[in-house]
Amino acid sequence: MLKRLILLLALCTTPALAEEESVVLGLSQDRVAITATFDGSEILIFGAVKRETPIPDGPPLEVIVAVAGPSSPVTVRRKERKLGIWVNTDSVLVDLAPSFYAVATSGPLKEILSDTEDLRYRVSIERAIRSVGAAMHIKGAQDFADAVVRIREDEGLYSIRENTVAVDEQTLFRTSIAMPADLTEGDYAARIFLTRGREVISEFETTIDVRKVGLERFLYNMSRQQPVWYGLMSLVIAIAAGWGASTAFRLLREN
Amino acid sequence: MQIYLPIAEVSVNAFLLLGLGGMVGILSGMFGVGGGFLMTPLLFFIGIPPAVAVATEANQIVASSFSGVLAHFRRKTVDLKMGTVLLTGGLMGAALGVVVFNYLKSLGQVDLLVTLCYVVFLGVVGSLMFIESLNALRKSKKGGAAPAARRQRGWVHAMPFKMRFRTSGLYISVIPPVLVGLCVGVLSAIMGVGGGFIMVPAMIYLLGMPTKVVVGTSLFQIIFVTAFTTMLHATTNYTVDIVLAVLLLVGGVVGAQIGTVIGARMPAEQLRVLLAALVLVVCGKLALDLLLEPSELYSLGAEGGH
Repeated sequence: MLKRLILLLALCTTPALAEEESVVLGLSQDRVAITATFDGSEILIFGAVKRETPIPDGPPLEVIVAVAGPSSPVTVRRKERKLGIWVNTDSVLVDLAPSFYAVATSGPLKEILSDTEDLRYRVSIERAIRSVGAAMHIKGAQDFADAVVRIREDEGLYSIRENTVAVDEQTLFRTSIAMPADLTEGDYAARIFLTRGREVISEFETTIDVRKVGLERFLYNMSRQQPVWYGLMSLVIAIAAGWGASTAFRLLREN
Repeated sequence: MQIYLPIAEVSVNAFLLLGLGGMVGILSGMFGVGGGFLMTPLLFFIGIPPAVAVATEANQIVASSFSGVLAHFRRKTVDLKMGTVLLTGGLMGAALGVVVFNYLKSLGQVDLLVTLCYVVFLGVVGSLMFIESLNALRKSKKGGAAPAARRQRGWVHAMPFKMRFRTSGLYISVIPPVLVGLCVGVLSAIMGVGGGFIMVPAMIYLLGMPTKVVVGTSLFQIIFVTAFTTMLHATTNYTVDIVLAVLLLVGGVVGAQIGTVIGARMPAEQLRVLLAALVLVVCGKLALDLLLEPSELYSLGAEGGH
């Protein structure tokens, strides 16, 4: 009964939410090709707010842009001192953690998004990581989830950059998201939230396709699908390269 | 110039890799060692995942040993029969090593295993070499004659399954060479090294082989064992990065040629002291990582292997 009620409520609210103010989006590129010389990429995200009615009064329109890489389970291990040396002891499996997560906002996140809305839409980095099944027998399981965030922030994979979305006349907005060189491939979800008074009034989602191409694609696929041939090919190429280089060098010195 | 490595999935500077290969190549040319024991830890330091570093290094050693063994074949300094016996042990050892490697990888202890192996072996070999070469240096300064080579005739000769090795001029049991091969095979799979730095002393002191066939024979054995290791890693872990291997190799081959020239101009005793010091430095650095409290206690790993 309760479920139905919620469903009904949801049905009532969603169209209303979409009608008032919604996003029209543009991306500088909707695919990122990882080539052999891939050195990171910057994606420009821009758009406008479409509305049939005049700009509502009250708190100003704020924009949040979140780009998330493909999620996968991550094993987090903690080192402890055993017999004088530091070894991995406890480990916790974090169910889902995006390989990349960047949030850009038009103002301080806490001031433009309420905790409840954050919980519902999983916007902030802490919420984007899910560790519901964290082992209960290990003390401080939360420390492990925090470690994922900290390590990936240090590697530049997770970032939250407040005040980096420029909003003009409560209608036009733009920002850029820097993607580092160490990207894993997959579908990256770009989500744009419009908020007013810390409530989300519109959500828009699109995907950015990140793929290895050319030689990278070929080698990666081959190593996974035909590991025996890949191994043999690696040996032959390496031997040929090593032997070729040393022969060339010897001929050079003899002449 | 940044280059994205397809299997390691990291982006590194191509010139850094060429430079690393070249530097280790110079050292290996100077000292006549494979250099795997230096390259693998260096790859860890620049951020290549350990599993990829170990597997790729095995691939690179195949290639760098190949051109070396050709030169030894031309000089007829390879004992094929002894090489084959060592190889039998080596292949078994490599298979065992990969099984251990994969098991510990699933437990999350593979980094510890690799580092511990490095600390222990580099420490032992480095100290022995250091003491021995210091003694030799002192003697050569005094102008004394080189110590007379003594053949051990103990337990090695009391074992069954004797075989005649013509090139080495030996008539010994096959058990010790198979065991030596086995140990080196395990190390090759776990540490991503050829194992020359263990095998060469073992062949001279344990088996009593003549020094002139030792290097060629160990190279011969190393090629097949590391090729086997490469295949095992490629088919079970998918961690052989051919782009990385080729870059290191090109730098390494050029470096080795330069190193040989430098090595020929330096006195052998001083070279050995330098090599021993180098081995001890790498060992010390790795030991410190184990002993000091790391700045980041947590580490991330993919679920069920990468």
